[in-house]
Amino acid sequence: MYYTALKLLVGDRSKYMGIIMGLTFASFIMTQQPAIFVGLMARTFSFITDLGQPDIWAMDPKVQFIDDVKPVQDTQLYRVRGVEGVEWAVPLYKGLLKARLENGNFQTCNVIGLDDATLIGGPAIMLEGRLEDLRRSDSVIVDVEGANTKLARTLPSGERVPLKIGGSLELNDRRAVVVGIAKTSRTFQSQPVVYTTYSRAMSFAPRERKMLSFILVKAKDVYDPVRVARRIGQATGLAAYTRDEFKALTVRYFLKNTGIPINFGMAVLLGFIIGAAVAGQTFYNFTLDNLRQFGVLKAMGATNATLLRMILLQAMAAGSVGYGLGVGAASLFGYMVRTSVLAFKFPWQLLALSGSGVMLICVFAALISIRKVMKLEPAIVFKG
Amino acid sequence: MVETTGDSGFAVRCHGVVKIYGDDDSRIMALRGVHLEVRTGELMMLVGPSGCGKTTLISVIAGILDHEQGSCLVFDRDLQAMAGCEKVRYRAKNIGFVFQSYNLLPALTAAENVAMPLIINGVKRKEAVERASEILSRVGMATRVRSLPLELSGGQQQRVAIARAIAHNPRLIVCDEPTSALDHETGHKVMEMLKSVAMDGNRALVIVTHDSRIFEFADRIARMDDGHIEKVVDSPAEL
Repeated sequence: MYYTALKLLVGDRSKYMGIIMGLTFASFIMTQQPAIFVGLMARTFSFITDLGQPDIWAMDPKVQFIDDVKPVQDTQLYRVRGVEGVEWAVPLYKGLLKARLENGNFQTCNVIGLDDATLIGGPAIMLEGRLEDLRRSDSVIVDVEGANTKLARTLPSGERVPLKIGGSLELNDRRAVVVGIAKTSRTFQSQPVVYTTYSRAMSFAPRERKMLSFILVKAKDVYDPVRVARRIGQATGLAAYTRDEFKALTVRYFLKNTGIPINFGMAVLLGFIIGAAVAGQTFYNFTLDNLRQFGVLKAMGATNATLLRMILLQAMAAGSVGYGLGVGAASLFGYMVRTSVLAFKFPWQLLALSGSGVMLICVFAALISIRKVMKLEPAIVFKG
Repeated sequence: MVETTGDSGFAVRCHGVVKIYGDDDSRIMALRGVHLEVRTGELMMLVGPSGCGKTTLISVIAGILDHEQGSCLVFDRDLQAMAGCEKVRYRAKNIGFVFQSYNLLPALTAAENVAMPLIINGVKRKEAVERASEILSRVGMATRVRSLPLELSGGQQQRVAIARAIAHNPRLIVCDEPTSALDHETGHKVMEMLKSVAMDGNRALVIVTHDSRIFEFADRIARMDDGHIEKVVDSPAEL
């Protein structure tokens, strides 16, 4: 009977295509929009992700997310280093500074000051130059995206010349020479990233009483980073988070304080409703059109349970095909925009979520159809 | 396949069968106390004007429509008294259907259509299709086993429908206007074929028809009017 169910499903090509199109559209919307949302959210903590070495981030307790810098006193670094379970702790400066470009224009940059001795927190991928070159005087490393776009020089002809090694810019009236080009993950604010040493960052940044943005901490191997973080908090009064906790804190801030989730949620909800309506209606019509055939099967002795399984199989089969096509289309979309500014991230959890959504649509579509078939009087077969 | 009791010699015994459609405001009494007996091995035709209750009666006989009053025994079993599942099982094993509009499943080939009753009765698909192909050759459709219904003429489709009706060797076959959509010659051939392949001593046929040209094939003819059997005759001339 299952073979018959599938043949009935695909037998009417136009109806079958209608169902598949509806489900494909629903699957596409339910994966593509959340993938952009996840990509966008991942950008909010991409700087934390890029810094793979530290287990723990210590900071002012009032910090709400990665870009919400509230400096602490430099002396806090030594207190953190004294906490049990800390392998090492290094300072990190993070601040938005205006850079004056060679053509006189100004561009706000995300300046990262790395520990002078270890350069921990530097970019993982160097496209040109070496991280150690930061030890040369006035040196900075810029990210390739910034170098090619916002920090690039525009010639009178309109041609854009990327900032290269040897090029320079001014940060707070101090000359900075580019010694390397790095690849970094795109951040939420999409400002050019300029790496330098911590001490040089202090000279670039306007002088304040407190300058230390974050303390990066590595827990000793035998210690649980979560416990070490709690211990740092208790000992110093700072907020100390593991990498994952800090990512979650950042995401929570954006979810709570921006309209992003609402906007994307609406798009996903709309996609789900439209997809469910289109697929449900088409599947219902398909069942109605086949009502006489179900009546024939019922008259010939097919039980309601058999027909129920047939309809569920039809719904699941259509759902699987639609889901595959929708997810495939969303993946293709993601592949095509991989080099653009559009955020797109496709974790397996998203596949599971959209898969569940599509299956829900199918079950819904099947249920409204099943009700009709269950109530069907087999005597319908004798009506002309 | 046959699983019937009843050795009274009657395939169908209806006594005082009443069927009412609709509720209080729109009651239509389709059957007004029908008495009818069909013997095993008999081809009974039900004739009468449109709306007289012929189709309702064969629906009741076939167990696909419940009646309000009276009794209707099929091979001495009261289908209405059976539980839902038991009735469906009984119908699956013992009753075959031939419809006016053939009612073949359009997505299935001729052989797959004929195999349906066997599959419903639990025969494996492959075996069912093989057996269906044999049955199709008995009705002269050996070369069209893989054809879809839309690729067949009306007469051919009706032959497939007849093959489907006998595939699971039921003891009762009910036919609703089996020749009304066919021209005279084709209708005649279909009836000849139906009688030759479907009739045997253990089986009964109940055929609803308007088509007086096929009355000659009947063993007995029951004339219905206004929801009851007016008379039962042995030959068309007596109508």
